[in-house]
Amino acid sequence: MALRRFNGIMFLLTLVALWEFAAQAEWINALIVPPPSKILKLFYELVTSGQIPMQILVSMKRALAGYLLAAAIFIPLGIFMGLSSMIYRLFEVIVEMLRPVPPPVVIPVALLFFGLGDEMKIFVIFFSCAWPILLNTIDGVRSVDWVLLNTARTFGLSGLQTVWQVILPACLPQIMTGLRVSLPIMLILVVISEMVGSTDGIGYFVLDSQRRFKVAQMYAGMLALALLGYTLNQLFNLLQRLLLPWQRGLSRQND
Amino acid sequence: MKRSQPFNWLGWSSFALLLATWELISRATPKLLLYFPPMSRILAALGDALAAGTILQHGWVTLGRFAAGYLLSAGLAVTLGVMLGYFRFLHGLLATSIELLRPMPSVAIIPVAILLLGIGDGMIVSVTVYASVWPILINSIDGVRRVDPVLIDTGRTFGLSSWQILRQIILPGASPYIVTGLRIGLSIALILVTTAEMIAGSKGLGFFILDEERAMNSANMYAGIVVVALLGYTLNRLFLLLESRAMKWRHGMMARQAA
Amino acid sequence: MPILDVQSLSKSYRQAGGDTTLAIGNITCQVEAGEFVSFVGPSGCGKTTLLMSIAGLLAPSSGRVVVNGKEVNGPPPNLVLLFQEYNKSLFAWRSVLGNVRFGLAARGARSAAAESKARKLIELVGLKGFESHYPWELSGGMQQRVAIARALAYEPEVLLMDEPFGSLDALTRLELEDALLRLWAELKTTILFITHDIEEAIYLSDRIWVLSQRPSRIMQELKIDFPRPRHQVTTRAEARFMELRNDIYRQIGNQEVP
Repeated sequence: MALRRFNGIMFLLTLVALWEFAAQAEWINALIVPPPSKILKLFYELVTSGQIPMQILVSMKRALAGYLLAAAIFIPLGIFMGLSSMIYRLFEVIVEMLRPVPPPVVIPVALLFFGLGDEMKIFVIFFSCAWPILLNTIDGVRSVDWVLLNTARTFGLSGLQTVWQVILPACLPQIMTGLRVSLPIMLILVVISEMVGSTDGIGYFVLDSQRRFKVAQMYAGMLALALLGYTLNQLFNLLQRLLLPWQRGLSRQND
Repeated sequence: MKRSQPFNWLGWSSFALLLATWELISRATPKLLLYFPPMSRILAALGDALAAGTILQHGWVTLGRFAAGYLLSAGLAVTLGVMLGYFRFLHGLLATSIELLRPMPSVAIIPVAILLLGIGDGMIVSVTVYASVWPILINSIDGVRRVDPVLIDTGRTFGLSSWQILRQIILPGASPYIVTGLRIGLSIALILVTTAEMIAGSKGLGFFILDEERAMNSANMYAGIVVVALLGYTLNRLFLLLESRAMKWRHGMMARQAA
Repeated sequence: MPILDVQSLSKSYRQAGGDTTLAIGNITCQVEAGEFVSFVGPSGCGKTTLLMSIAGLLAPSSGRVVVNGKEVNGPPPNLVLLFQEYNKSLFAWRSVLGNVRFGLAARGARSAAAESKARKLIELVGLKGFESHYPWELSGGMQQRVAIARALAYEPEVLLMDEPFGSLDALTRLELEDALLRLWAELKTTILFITHDIEEAIYLSDRIWVLSQRPSRIMQELKIDFPRPRHQVTTRAEARFMELRNDIYRQIGNQEVP
């Protein structure tokens, strides 16, 4: 296992070294694909000068605002829709109508309403993250095992107590799944919305660098995005481990 | 969704109510006309655009790019995914690189693509392929790796060759995961095509919607969105139809487990 | 007055196709306080339906159940049902202690005294030291003990157990049978036990009701008067034990299994 890791890293480094060599030796057009050394050096400068971190901060403020807003609204809605089939049917058609809309297509609508500001991006992200969060929450509530529900009943729990003490903890893992799936969606949409209509943020930074032909800078921005994505994932995993200490074994059991 | 569900009166009523409210408010408040053109006007604009053929033209362009990108990525990703899932050594080589590349939002590839390929069909199809490959690849690898070793051993004890095991046991066994990946890839492909058209296109539904917004023709913009949504919905239904035919065995198995 | 009085209980289901299946025929029986009684029957004879009806989780189609003088119209407050799938009934997000405390809290006991009570119960079922473990970390037999401890924390007057040891390996099953008898002797709860294992029923019970195939009816009532405490070796070695076992087997064994 460790050997394969080592192989993987070696392979990657070999590819990078080949790239460096090819760029330096002019086998590939260094104007379009600069050598990794140049990119990394520029990346380092951009990070230490604070330019990249600032753009990332700008983007993340918008992204998280939309994400948390979506969670705040659609988790409770999903719980209600999961618990009451009447509420589910009430919203079902509307949800099914809005769901197939590919999120980026909402951007022009958002532009119309909010112009080029932060609200536009927040709205887009809010709309895009809604569905995975909502659907996973509904699914989680509905798939609580009947044995658990009957256990609550045999212990004399009221309906409200059952929801609070049994159903909610039981469907928390599925809710986390919805939140996890929405995370990359959030990142993608903040980048897109910045590319289409913005003057700052890391997404805009990458596109703008391309337009100004600052090619190495463009790649540096992409690297920053990859690292951002990775960090967000790790943070989320950490959060999940904290909130769901029992989940580790359960998922292993079910595998 | 069960086939024998009663008609959802409540849901359709609330939806109709929503539309009716939209219509009334937008008619009653001239200021909001720009943001909320009456449904009737949207439908009229849709009708006009359809008749003039503009939306259809854009629609075909988008559909064509989507089809090319999705089918190409499906072929590439499933093949590569199965290989990587099956040959541990290969996977070991590429795993780290995949792990590093994965977290980058696939749309960030668009500027590079523009740089390398300009702003034509080639660029749009390429970014679509790039983005859709990921979910299909990851799920295919996962599916192959998750095939129960007991099944493989059963094949071995019956004297099957490695190739036969791959074809008769591993591929069918991994197919549910592969199909999940293909379904995710479908949505992603549509997203990328429309995005690329918005950022750097001169044709296609994505371009159309953004263009109409810039020209402040909100009714046309909404009309375009309706068409894209319909497109997405139809593609999804088509996929589900094909999937239910191909995966009949699984549906029976799942129904049994739920019983 | 018997603590549990089942009067002409029957239960039928409507199937998807529209036909009705009669799961329980006409069951009438009484249980005195402190008794350990069992229902034995072939698989699929409706034992779980019977238990769920007595527990008030299912409404009977006809007849009624009276617990401690009060008719059952929903889960009665002094009765608890222990489910067959214990792993699905335990709360995965709570530790062993948390699960047992739930039983106490359901009774209204939340104070610090409750905590020590919970710990005592955990020790009683033989899980001392595992208080902070989560259910997934425990074996099947241990999980079943947690479920039992949780049920006993509720201090029910009547404990219903639905084939609790059915999915455990044979040795664990014997161990838990004895553990259950010790608990029962100490806490003096009334236990209604369901099993398809004839010898287990004989070993544990004061009385046994033999159920027919679906729709289940009581075919025979048997009094088991081996002295207590019972012993896995000596009690099972008695000639009478085998007689009872063969007697019951002839009745259930004769039935056709669908």
